[in-house]
Amino acid sequence: MAVGQSNIRKDVIAKVTGKTRFTDDFTMPGMLHAKYVRSPIAHGLVKEIDCSAALAIAGVEAVFTYEDVPKTLFPTAGHPYALDPNYQDVADRLLLTDHVRFHGDEVAIVVARDHLSAEIGARAVVVEYEELPVCVTSEAALAKDAPAIHEGGNILKSTTFEKGGSLSDAEKSSDTIIEGTFSTPIVLHCHLENHTAYAYMDDNDHIVIVSSTQIPHICRRIVGQALDMPWSKVRVIKPYIGGGFGNKQDVVLEPMVAFLTSKLGGTPVKIELDREEGLVATRTRHSWSINARAGVTNDGVLNFMDLDVVSNTGAYASHGHSIPMAAGSKSCNLYPRSVTKFSATTHYANIPAAGAMRAYGSPQIFFGIEGLLEDAARAVGVDSVDFRIKNSVQPGDIISKTGNLEHSAAMIECLEKGREIIGWDVKKQQYAQQDGPIRRGLGVASFSYGSGTYPACVEIASCRLVLNQDGSVHMQIGATEIGQGSDTALAQMAAETLGVEYGAINVVSVQDTDVTPFDPGAYASRQTYISAPAVHESAEKLKAKILDHCREMTGDASEELDLINGVIIRLGNQHKVIELGELALDTYYNKDRGGQLSAEASTKTRTNAPSYGCTFVDLEVDIEMCAVTIKEIINVHDAGKIIHPLAAEGQVHGGMAMGIGMTLFEELLIDPESGWIYNGNLLDYKIPTAVDIPELSHAFVETFDPTSPYGNKSLGEPPTISQGPAIRNAILDATGVKINEMPMTPKVLFRYFNDAGLFDSPGKE
Amino acid sequence: MFPIEEYHQASNVADAIQALSKDATARILAGGTDVLVRLHGGNSDYGRVVDINDLDELREIRMDEKGNITIGALACCSDIIENELVQKHLPMVAESLATIGGPQVRNCATMGGNICNGAVSADSACAALVYEFDLVVEGVGGQRIESINGFHTGPGRTILKQGDILTSFLVRPENYTGFSACYRKYAMRGAMDIATIGCGVALQMAGEKITTMKLAFTVAAPTPIRCRNAEQVMVGEVFSEENLEIMADELEKDVAPRTSWRASKEFRLHIIKTLAKKEIRRAVKSQGVAQ
Repeated sequence: MAVGQSNIRKDVIAKVTGKTRFTDDFTMPGMLHAKYVRSPIAHGLVKEIDCSAALAIAGVEAVFTYEDVPKTLFPTAGHPYALDPNYQDVADRLLLTDHVRFHGDEVAIVVARDHLSAEIGARAVVVEYEELPVCVTSEAALAKDAPAIHEGGNILKSTTFEKGGSLSDAEKSSDTIIEGTFSTPIVLHCHLENHTAYAYMDDNDHIVIVSSTQIPHICRRIVGQALDMPWSKVRVIKPYIGGGFGNKQDVVLEPMVAFLTSKLGGTPVKIELDREEGLVATRTRHSWSINARAGVTNDGVLNFMDLDVVSNTGAYASHGHSIPMAAGSKSCNLYPRSVTKFSATTHYANIPAAGAMRAYGSPQIFFGIEGLLEDAARAVGVDSVDFRIKNSVQPGDIISKTGNLEHSAAMIECLEKGREIIGWDVKKQQYAQQDGPIRRGLGVASFSYGSGTYPACVEIASCRLVLNQDGSVHMQIGATEIGQGSDTALAQMAAETLGVEYGAINVVSVQDTDVTPFDPGAYASRQTYISAPAVHESAEKLKAKILDHCREMTGDASEELDLINGVIIRLGNQHKVIELGELALDTYYNKDRGGQLSAEASTKTRTNAPSYGCTFVDLEVDIEMCAVTIKEIINVHDAGKIIHPLAAEGQVHGGMAMGIGMTLFEELLIDPESGWIYNGNLLDYKIPTAVDIPELSHAFVETFDPTSPYGNKSLGEPPTISQGPAIRNAILDATGVKINEMPMTPKVLFRYFNDAGLFDSPGKE
Repeated sequence: MFPIEEYHQASNVADAIQALSKDATARILAGGTDVLVRLHGGNSDYGRVVDINDLDELREIRMDEKGNITIGALACCSDIIENELVQKHLPMVAESLATIGGPQVRNCATMGGNICNGAVSADSACAALVYEFDLVVEGVGGQRIESINGFHTGPGRTILKQGDILTSFLVRPENYTGFSACYRKYAMRGAMDIATIGCGVALQMAGEKITTMKLAFTVAAPTPIRCRNAEQVMVGEVFSEENLEIMADELEKDVAPRTSWRASKEFRLHIIKTLAKKEIRRAVKSQGVAQ
């Protein structure tokens, strides 16, 4: 049994001994390096550009400007292609532009023999701008007289839906209606490996791209679109990846390196963003404001939630309106017996483009939902955990947005487990009466999420298995390993179904769109869920072929056989027939029978298993120091069957740390007047360090979801959703102060504590 | 790779002084944790460097028979933190330097650089002020001694002239003997950060009475500062919470925090007062232990 075991990760020994090769570890003779010329202003038009000084610098080979690039607008979001034009991503980007829309936008690119010469060359390009009015905030971008950042105005899209009944009926039957306004910051992914890519040509009509991407097959299509080439003429290779968190679920550098090599006779050209460029000129997490209302009865029944979201997508659409749509849709899974009305508007602004980031709008929406519901529970005097248990999803509920007929749902068990682990009831009493400068507080918040993107997008996955000469199996998988561990989880599944040892499955981790079977990539916490049917089907097929070959060898076509741990046995007496290795040699080299045994499956998943969980936190607030210290924090998850407990724990801990970062530390700060980015570096953008992250705890409530052959549901993104509202609710518990904005940094705490009069009589330590 | 235009590796102090004095834009490269960061950011003011890393004589830490402690300007933070003389006599220096960057930065960064780059937020500046460091400077006109008081003249500015090299810090026994001293860095995260506010205090007591007190802040004014008005409130008085409150009010005369995108003036002032009270309490408490 491989599934459910913490097998040694397929890549771990190579990674910790430094053997894995990432994009930057590859070089080619004659490789050139390119550096963007970036806009120092947030909105304007290029009036004049002078490249002569740059071209005079030793080592500079070429400079391309917005005048040299194709005039074809292309989309960048890493979604599968949509057949319906109404669902296609917004095509609003050129390779280089003369209409700059954020501080850091790209007007030209310098190609040189080495990175440093390219950098010096880029600084030597002289650009004259005509400045245009700047819109940074939602208020400015949505003002009637706001300048249009793109043709057609600043509103990208607006939508609204109502699920689970009638809002007006639910309003009438509510005893109390609670309102709140919540806001969330621009957050950066900060993956370890920056964006990097290079391209070359090895014949006259193909372009080969090597890139640190989460989406090799989508990347192939978008580069084809951007350069107006047949998609099959683009080949994308993905080596090992140093993380992405969604920032590489976007096509960023690949069309440019492909363009440059095509202009330079196929010479290899590389772009390696430095950290500071990567922070502001790739993608960010959307900042939101949420106007929220909820109606409850006096005995704590949630009747409705009415959520109105404004999402700031920045200079370019990227994933744009898909973010609030996805979050709105997934949030309906949690309290399905109440009415949900969800409205959202996504708009452009002169700030860095926001795209996909881990949990895709859900940390934002659940900050609003779970903050508001905390206020609702307190308003009617119901315990925070009891209130959630009372209203949470149960297995029999109809999950309206996903279309699943059956689903697992252990939300209530997660809340019960978390309550017990943190010692909720005892601590609640202990923390009831506090008035000193240092106070403790307890908080809880729940979340729901999806497994993949269906029905919004197609969910296609593929797997190819080949029986090697030595009896091991090579596995090619469309799901993209980016550090999250999908190669390992899928190998476990293949071993389990095929009947071989986990070690007998060799996963081809490097992906190559000319060879790797199709799958759109790593996002939406989809890999193990969407790939499970493809792995299952191909393993069953290969097993059938192996057993058929065995029957051919034994000459008894009716024999009932099985493959267990790499040995073929007779079902009746369990006696060994032949080792798989021995059989494999026969399939290859017997002159009269067999052939290379392989099996392939490409499956489309038409379900979307909802996953659930919650965060419990116990924290200390030092009022005078405006400081929050987390004493205990626990995430409890219903992610279905846990495929690899240790990797699952790693996912949960990493997600929790990211969530704490967004809640207490991180925000990209931009001058609201000029659009100037204040803190586009890792000194001033305060991602928490190891000493800032408390000890993290986790627990699983294992269910078996009927829509996956292995019972599993999503776990990649869910761990990072609910820290914000849980910490917000705990600070409220400790101080009585509602902080409806993230991050809750000391300077924000100061403002709220000061307004609440908490400094007036602080008392003594 | 860094865009270095001119590089000179100094073989001794005189050679460094000569190289610096004949190139008006040349910069000293010591630990590199400021200069190289600026070069990475494309700041061409740092393209011409005089590297003093071969001058091992500037790394020495020693005490003479009179108790004067010398800390070489090129000694890296980690070496100072781990030095026994420093730990025994100048614990606040070690405490302060331990708040700089992370281990890798502390293995490169020097206290000389921390003081000479003129940063308003320099973590060693409070220690330099409360222990009243003397700065041994060599220049075209020979060696001279400058006081830390008045050394910083504005953000990023000091009294040093082109061609000057700080060679060591000198701490006199009357400025550390019998003091309890402590430093607290208030920052937005627990490591790898610059101070929002830094507060250092050193004091001596006779019984319940504070006989000497030196209070210093970083990021509370355009330079690191001593707070003489606040000190006056406490000196000669019996320590009390009431006095602390008066001291906190008086502090407003000493400091001049400003609003920037990093933090508001009101927030900084609140933290300044809070830290002053906390650190004075802490120093009083450790005097009690020592007595």
